[in-house]
Amino acid sequence: MLRFAVIVAMLLFTVSLLLNLYRMVRGPDLVDRILTLDSLYVNAIAIIILLGIFLGSTLFFEAAMLIAMMGFVGTVAVCKYVLRGNIIE
Amino acid sequence: MSTELPFLVELLVSALILAGAGFAVIGALGLARMPDFYMRVHLPTAGTTLGVGCTLSASVIYFSFSLQTLSVHEFLISMFLFITAPVSSHMMAKVALHTGVKFVDHTQGRPWPSRTQRPSRDNSQILSDWQTRDRKETE
Repeated sequence: MLRFAVIVAMLLFTVSLLLNLYRMVRGPDLVDRILTLDSLYVNAIAIIILLGIFLGSTLFFEAAMLIAMMGFVGTVAVCKYVLRGNIIE
Repeated sequence: MSTELPFLVELLVSALILAGAGFAVIGALGLARMPDFYMRVHLPTAGTTLGVGCTLSASVIYFSFSLQTLSVHEFLISMFLFITAPVSSHMMAKVALHTGVKFVDHTQGRPWPSRTQRPSRDNSQILSDWQTRDRKETE
């Protein structure tokens, strides 16, 4: 049952990644693309955690943690760049 | 997935995983379907808070039972996500306000006109909107 649930959830997360990708390709503004990248890394974290459950391995938490930190820093850096023209003033 | 879990634990973990995936799909669907940015910026909050939150709690329960030790790595990730999600969406809303992103008519509230910063291109509709509003306010 758990195996089935994990597979279905991975499919649903893939659908959500594809919807995000659609918005990123279509997004009329730069901000939409930043928002979509933010949403994409959050979904990627969830898929990595699901893969960890699927394979029964705890090795994936560090990868998820790194993606969380780097994704946040990336979002804030891009926002800051668009707002101010440079990142570290 | 080699170890056998008790049935109730497996049921709980499966339900949490499926709920998380459902919330993530709802968030992504809203992100793809909402008409303008100011509505769209709300949706990833659902995906972050409930989608990833449910998945991470499922992971905590699963690994705590299958490894027979309390596994709290995931709480670090979820705490970090819950702290950083409002900050990043605040930054993005600020970028949208300052670059003058277009909005549809039934978005509630209007971005405050910035008088110090020249709006970017593609913005004449927002500008005329602001001007009519300012005229209404002075009358």
